Amino acid sequence: MTKFSTLENFGHSLRVQSYLIQPRSADEIYEAFRLAKRDGLTVTARGAGRSYNDAAMNGGGLVLDLSAMNQISEWDPATGQVRCEAGVTLRQLWQRVLPDGWWPPVVSGTMTTTLGGCLAANIHGKNNFRMGTIGEHVTAFTAILPTGAEVTCTPKKNADLFYAMIGGYGMLGVFTSISLQMKRMHSGLLEVHAWPTRTLAEQLQSLEDGAPKFDYIVGWLDCITVGHGQIHAANYLHEGEDPDAQKTMQLDYQSLPSRMFGVMPKSLLHFFMSPFMNNFGTWGVNTAKYIASLRRHVFRQSHAAFHFLLDYVPSWELSYGRAGLIQYQSFLPKETALQAWTEILTLAKKRGLPSYLGVTKRHRPDKFLLTHAVDGFSLAMDFKITDANRTRLHQLTQEFDRIVLDAGGRFYFAKNSETTAETARAFYGEETVERFKRLKKRCDPNGLLESDLYRRIFVS
Amino acid sequence: MNLQTHLEKDEMTSSLTPSTPLQPRKRAILVGASTGLGAALAKKLARHGWTLALLSRRSAVLADLCAGLNADGVTRALAYEHDVMNYAEVPALLKRIVADLGGLDLFIFNSGINLPPGLEKMNATDDIQMIATNLSGAIAWLAPVGDLMKESKSGMIVGISSVAGDRGRIANPGYNTSKAGMTTYLEALRNRLTRHGVHVLTVKPGFIATDMLRSSAGPKPFTITPERAADDIYKAILKRKQTFYTHPIWKWIMLAIQHVPSVIFRRLSF
Repeated sequence: MTKFSTLENFGHSLRVQSYLIQPRSADEIYEAFRLAKRDGLTVTARGAGRSYNDAAMNGGGLVLDLSAMNQISEWDPATGQVRCEAGVTLRQLWQRVLPDGWWPPVVSGTMTTTLGGCLAANIHGKNNFRMGTIGEHVTAFTAILPTGAEVTCTPKKNADLFYAMIGGYGMLGVFTSISLQMKRMHSGLLEVHAWPTRTLAEQLQSLEDGAPKFDYIVGWLDCITVGHGQIHAANYLHEGEDPDAQKTMQLDYQSLPSRMFGVMPKSLLHFFMSPFMNNFGTWGVNTAKYIASLRRHVFRQSHAAFHFLLDYVPSWELSYGRAGLIQYQSFLPKETALQAWTEILTLAKKRGLPSYLGVTKRHRPDKFLLTHAVDGFSLAMDFKITDANRTRLHQLTQEFDRIVLDAGGRFYFAKNSETTAETARAFYGEETVERFKRLKKRCDPNGLLESDLYRRIFVS
Repeated sequence: MNLQTHLEKDEMTSSLTPSTPLQPRKRAILVGASTGLGAALAKKLARHGWTLALLSRRSAVLADLCAGLNADGVTRALAYEHDVMNYAEVPALLKRIVADLGGLDLFIFNSGINLPPGLEKMNATDDIQMIATNLSGAIAWLAPVGDLMKESKSGMIVGISSVAGDRGRIANPGYNTSKAGMTTYLEALRNRLTRHGVHVLTVKPGFIATDMLRSSAGPKPFTITPERAADDIYKAILKRKQTFYTHPIWKWIMLAIQHVPSVIFRRLSF
């Protein structure tokens, strides 16, 4: 049963109608491919719809909502091996494994994402410099191709597909079963160190110097003053460091508070944030935040609270207003990062379009075909969209793209929404794009798997 | 059917500029697009960044219009040859167009013919022909489009009806009936769909300087250009009006005419 439905992205910045199907088995996925072929439609797989751009959108085509295929098929607390269907969310996963003393090795900033989506985008976390992307912890996956063929891939078997489908944005096949190795935990808490940074240079230096010493490191950057910031770095607790380990690893201990000050439901918080979502308001908030961050401190925090910042304020995206937001993330080699981002941040400020949230991370390269990673850093910036700033903001992103390309940088397509096919080809490289297209031809000879993202960066 | 059937599917979709958060492209279907008000609406929508599917049975004229709209190398309009009396092909064609456009935000039905019978004798053939085109043709599209938009809880339907539907006059019973039927059908559709987040706009043009107008006799007060009408209709779309007269003075004229008692109205010569 298909239902013509209006779907949105995570940034509430795109809204388009598609024929939505909710398959419950590999057979039903194949059935959807046959239906699409008969009707001349294209197909896109969608997990939780948490991409900021058009990765899980397919206007006028078929969208497979995989959220009903959400069984954790096997979990072995002795080895930390888990096998899941593609619609299993990170929330389901960590809640299943943590009480047994394990944690997913790589998580996104929200726990609502599905594993299928995480693999399709090959997500990274605040530990990318140490643990790589989620794909590096996949021991095997099964996917169904548009031809109806079922393929099982491991880093050894069907390796070309393994390294192309992970990070392939669902353009080669649809994941049905995913096996992952979890990481052993000795506590439900992390030891978090927080300290301020006064300039971008200092922040990047902190990430660089801090990375070898910590399991996680992430920076907050005030893009309005261009430079003020704060680093949060965290370490796992070793065996014996948490006397109440058994207790802290229980779910009760991990739950995010649903109310502020014990009274106000956090689900209302975004209403109170939206008045500050302008240049002046954000300057005020950022300055207050920076002043609060001047105190260096060390504290213990639950995994859920440290990792899932985006879930801490439910529906925070709505505070950006009716037209939503875009996220612009660039990945730059450590040699060029400071100069390029200084240029980018200055340009944004000059144009009167500063980002309201900047987040920096440390990265390492990986072997995946459509990789976004570099030996360097990433800076993710959120921009509020208004009817008045659309054209200027678009212009700005195109100027950013030029600066990033010139600095040898890369982009990540769970985020960037304005990157053109020309820019994508430039940073992936001609050879990579051709290799990907050859695999595409092999897996999907009739060109059934297409998302709006695919058409934007590989076709137009 | 589709004028671009000679193109590969890939080439066709690739020709449309992708819609991004900062360069959003809304999608519209315009039935009856080749000349007159339809062509003016197509140009107006294209100028405002819409992506269009234009339908008409006059494929050569349509192809010229599309070529003009896409002249600078940006594809804004796709052309589809379609006779609105070919009711049976509508559902499949609709699905096809929605896929080609990549969604559907606005549907405009503008097809219509006007065959005045003269005052001497009635002309059942022409009257039935007008019902078949203006009314049945509209219903064949409005019903499936309405269902589709209802499912997705989004979108807007615009029906180009006419002031002629507000009263039955001696000069043109068939045309009056077809437009009265269309106005009523649109009203019913509005009542069905508003609760599902779908907006329905009934446009009632007076005289617009098009080929259709040249074929009818009599005085033509407040005649406006198709471009002026298209500008006004676009504003009404943005303002989400329910019923809209163009030229706006017709709202008052028709209010008066609607209230002329039959005892007088049946003796008038218009």
